[in-house]
Amino acid sequence: MAYINGIGTISPQNTLLGHEFLEPAVEHTGDFLKAVEPVFKTYIDPIAARRMSRLIKMGISSAKICMQDAGISMPDAIITGTGLGSVEDTEKILAELTVDGKFLNPTPFIQSTYNTISSQIAIALKCHEYNSTYVHRCFSLESCLIDAILLIGEGSAMNVLAGGIDEMTMNHLTIIRRLGIWKREAIRNLDLWSSKIPGALAGEGSAYFIISGERNERTYARLEAAETIYKPGSVEETAASVTRFLNGNGLSHEDIDLVMMGNNGFEEHDSICEEVVSSALPASARVLYKHLCGEYHTGSGFALFVAAGILKKQHIPASLIVRPSPPKKLENILIHNHYRNTDHAFILVRR
Amino acid sequence: MPSRIFVTGLGLISGPGNNVQDNLDSLLNLRSAVGPLRYIETSLKDELCVSEIPMSKEELLEYAGLSGNEACSRNSLLGMIAAREAYLHAHLNENHGLRLGLISGTTVGGMDECEKYYQDFLTNDSRNEFIDIYDCADSTEKIAEYLGLKGFMTTISTACSSAANSILFAARMMKAGKLDCAIAGGTESLTKFHLNGFNALKILDKQPCRPFDATRNGINLGEGAAYLVLETEEINKKTGNKIICELIGYGNACEAFHQTASSPDGTGAYLAMKKALDMSGEQPGNIGYINAHGTGTDNNDLSEGRAIENLFKGKVPYVSSTKPFTGHMTSAAGSAEAIISILALQNGIVWPNMNFTTPMPELNFRPVAELIRGLDLRVVMTNSFGFGGNDSSLIFKKYGIY
Amino acid sequence: MDELINKLKKEVIAQLNLEDISVDDINPDAPLFGEGLGLDSIDALELIVLLEKNYGIKIEDPKDGKKIFYSIRTMAEFISEHQKKA
Repeated sequence: MAYINGIGTISPQNTLLGHEFLEPAVEHTGDFLKAVEPVFKTYIDPIAARRMSRLIKMGISSAKICMQDAGISMPDAIITGTGLGSVEDTEKILAELTVDGKFLNPTPFIQSTYNTISSQIAIALKCHEYNSTYVHRCFSLESCLIDAILLIGEGSAMNVLAGGIDEMTMNHLTIIRRLGIWKREAIRNLDLWSSKIPGALAGEGSAYFIISGERNERTYARLEAAETIYKPGSVEETAASVTRFLNGNGLSHEDIDLVMMGNNGFEEHDSICEEVVSSALPASARVLYKHLCGEYHTGSGFALFVAAGILKKQHIPASLIVRPSPPKKLENILIHNHYRNTDHAFILVRR
Repeated sequence: MPSRIFVTGLGLISGPGNNVQDNLDSLLNLRSAVGPLRYIETSLKDELCVSEIPMSKEELLEYAGLSGNEACSRNSLLGMIAAREAYLHAHLNENHGLRLGLISGTTVGGMDECEKYYQDFLTNDSRNEFIDIYDCADSTEKIAEYLGLKGFMTTISTACSSAANSILFAARMMKAGKLDCAIAGGTESLTKFHLNGFNALKILDKQPCRPFDATRNGINLGEGAAYLVLETEEINKKTGNKIICELIGYGNACEAFHQTASSPDGTGAYLAMKKALDMSGEQPGNIGYINAHGTGTDNNDLSEGRAIENLFKGKVPYVSSTKPFTGHMTSAAGSAEAIISILALQNGIVWPNMNFTTPMPELNFRPVAELIRGLDLRVVMTNSFGFGGNDSSLIFKKYGIY
Repeated sequence: MDELINKLKKEVIAQLNLEDISVDDINPDAPLFGEGLGLDSIDALELIVLLEKNYGIKIEDPKDGKKIFYSIRTMAEFISEHQKKA
């Protein structure tokens, strides 16, 4: 059994400790949903922070917030998932290489490697235990969770620090906009679901979890399982994967109270998400959440934070959009993540 | 009782050879691939020596049997070629219905293409078909498409230990009953990005590298891809594949010392090797050969050397780094050197640590300087230590030896 | 020399992203590495880039950096010497 015993989330909402659970919603009107940053000095020594990019500061801070939340001073493993790593540092180097590369600064190169987040957390905590980084689009965080559950099952770890993090920059947004994926203009995030401008709404954030082999008074929820599906060929195949996933965990679709939807504002993909859920989970209430965090590879981290919070508090924040009305008692939540409707991933969380 | 994990397929493309046999040939004939840079335009071109696969991207496309109409990076191509060799070696094309996973390590992703077009990406639509091939996942999914794989897959990036961690994770998924078999390893092509990046760290040697030598002066970067096919014991009974060797131990630990340096006493390296050794159930004295990470930097070789001495306490086995042959293949090094270690095991040969002349004063052991044949090698260890302190170690044992 | 020292302090603060440190906080004779500012090997590499980019002085072997980068004053003296030679 694996439990979520601590959470640290930095997101475009007020998700830092002490804030009310997603109430009220934070409005954004920029080109993408930018994360609300903590005062990094609170979590990171300024001398150490001097060469850290924003992404790394977010990662370390949310990891420390998570550990505090779990009441743990040292994890037994550190695993990070990131789809794109440090975009800012990569861009610095690419810009320098356009000129020549002769005066390339070493710092952005070091920070551009994907494993830098996990390893900087380990350095900050002086943690010599298992350390890894997954970098596979919408499978990134899910792979971490699969690994964490494996470690607990092996008896190799009791408390695993596992998280997903991705950042957005204007340059990256500009590039991906060329593919027609993101909205070409800024909109008000809270209007996402009524916006006529095609495309998804981009976002960013960091969410770290303590996945533990034991339940305690801090436990939010049970992390039952995570699964990744590579390019299912059709809605039917995707829906069948959901059914198999649930059955494999001793559940049927009727047991799922809420499904955190993969809808992100890209109409074609959103309608496929709806079709999959109509087919596989006809009785479940659907939760739209990406108007709060935006779309990014490890956005399921935000969803997991929300799901875990809902199960613990038995309360759905008003800033989420839920249709139809959910049951009074909330026991099982399924999270759906996808990458442009090619790869799909699911996380099952239980009370 | 967790399942035993057998190696039943190998695939390798590197500077010394396009496949496992060619690589073996180069090793036996002491043919290093380290030389000038040919295919990348950079101001460093005439300054560095690297181990580059002597094929242009067009030649690689042809070698892989592809038309080149699809946007594809050199990195993906190397991965596809090596993964295919392993796939066919293990007759995976004949065995359907298996829960086959693909776990691949890389850091450059599609950077070898995208670094050329970054300004275009920002300013115009002329190179849009290359935008999506940028990330690490793309190379893994290109391999999957090429081989028609549909099962579990993921991509690991822990710098120079990526491929070793892929092998280790694959084994764990199999022992947990999530997979029957897996193709695991890594791929990394040379890029202007990391050539300049490593150069900025001032750890590249302009001469052929000499690991564990007192006069060592840094790394020669290399490129390539390498994959192992792993099967559980139960599945091997069904496939009937010849068992090449057994993966009996693995360890992943974190140095947690500094972003680019290992601790002087090699804590992370020691912990990774010890974990692997403890899992294997073997005594240190049973390890016949260590294929060291041995990059040729001041820091790594001292750190790793001390860790080896601490673990093997005066009875250090044969140790060599084969990076003078292949260059430092970064994210692919872990699986490439696993294969090189397995070739040592199969042939009873220890590969020399080329270019070694002067022992390090800080260490009591010295690496093997000459090729040694006719050994009764039963158990070998291979180390991969990445930037950021991601340290991994793998142990392989000859099958049928108890 | 004082002018160069002041200029260097600002450049070092910028190059190494020492956000919380001001020009007055840096004693030109205090060690930059180990104690003092507590800089490390990556900072040394950044200073090598600074010397090349801003002053056209190339340092091939990072080990030479130990003496040159001992303090702001030793850096300034090194730059002065090289600029006289040029």
